[in-house]
Amino acid sequence: MTNSDNTAEFPLYEVFIRSKNGLHHKHVGSLHAADGEMALTNARDVYTRRSEGVSIWVVKASDMVSSNPDDRGAFYDPNDDKMYRHPTFYNSPDEVGHM
Amino acid sequence: MDAIKTVDASTEEQLEHAFQEKIDAEVKIEPRDWMPAGYRKTLIRQMSQHAHSEVVGMLPEGNWLTRAPSLKRKAILMAKIQDEGGHGLYLYSATETLGISRDEMYDQLHSGKAKYSSIFNYPTLNWADIGAIGWLVDGAAITNQIALCRCSYGPYARAMVKVCKEESFHQRQGYEIMMVMAQGTDEQKAMAQDAINRWWWPALMMFGPHDADSNRTTQSMTWKIKRTSNDELRQRFVDATVPQAQYLGLEVPDDKLAWNEDKQSYDWGEIDWDEFRNVVAGNGLCNRERLQTRRDAHDGGKWVRDAALAYAEKQKKRAAERAA
Repeated sequence: MTNSDNTAEFPLYEVFIRSKNGLHHKHVGSLHAADGEMALTNARDVYTRRSEGVSIWVVKASDMVSSNPDDRGAFYDPNDDKMYRHPTFYNSPDEVGHM
Repeated sequence: MDAIKTVDASTEEQLEHAFQEKIDAEVKIEPRDWMPAGYRKTLIRQMSQHAHSEVVGMLPEGNWLTRAPSLKRKAILMAKIQDEGGHGLYLYSATETLGISRDEMYDQLHSGKAKYSSIFNYPTLNWADIGAIGWLVDGAAITNQIALCRCSYGPYARAMVKVCKEESFHQRQGYEIMMVMAQGTDEQKAMAQDAINRWWWPALMMFGPHDADSNRTTQSMTWKIKRTSNDELRQRFVDATVPQAQYLGLEVPDDKLAWNEDKQSYDWGEIDWDEFRNVVAGNGLCNRERLQTRRDAHDGGKWVRDAALAYAEKQKKRAAERAA
């Protein structure tokens, strides 16, 4: 199912938008563009038509490094047995009130 | 060799079991999670056809861009069409997370291998048709899409939430066009009635075959790709829309339509399933024209895509030369 056009497919960019100052950028979707600048203007046109954002990041999908869901257990394991990192691990006397 | 196969089969079974448990516990499936091949295939088919429908859906409306009766209506119609293009993009991107390329999906659309919603194979003959499309066609689409916001596949569900937020303007602008026409001159009112006469039944067909004839429904419901059945969604749409038609003073073209006090919902006639199958099979009034327009647009835009790539390449080379 490939044709000659496939070789010319634009690279994929992931789009992140800060909806207002004070909030993190959040992943909203992706799009294809020839370069970063085009990705940015296209992201503005398709993801912020109703004032959804004040700042946009576009990142080439091939430049992103991500964890593998299959390794979920092993990958997060080093932190799972350290209950003493949670405040509920500790007993504090009622007499001292909220701490 | 045989031993390995047995191990593989039992692992597959375990994976499927764990997968279904996640679905039952309402845990969303994300792109890189393990999923059964059939789940992936069903989603690719459904989501890409949904994307194609958004894109082809721009064509019947584009027909009226230059002929809309005022600058305000032209601007609104342009904004609505732009939204549909955006919805196509959200859906194509979400589908790509399942491992199919954008070009492959375009190929499937342009070769006729993939379907799109049959509603767009009907012509837009008078201005009231644009009102009827917004009100009935987008109304039916929203009914379907609200249910899909709870789909088990994360990227599809998220795309649907965004689409639903934007579509509500589409339905309301359509209803407003109908309201203005229905309250206008006799001629305008006749145009509005003509539009509902032609769009009512095709809008009901948008929900697909009866549950009993829909062979994919059961598996899709188990996987929670689909949360509500075709017939239930269609009934929901009828119950919501008939009072809206009554308010306009327009007649719904169905002589069996009647309020049923017991079930607190409408009884209504039967869809012409021969017509439905015929349009799906490619023999609707506009099937060929829509597909050709779509192909021409894609081929005609090739030089723009090539130029954009060449420009990006040139900029990259220049930047490398400056750095050297």
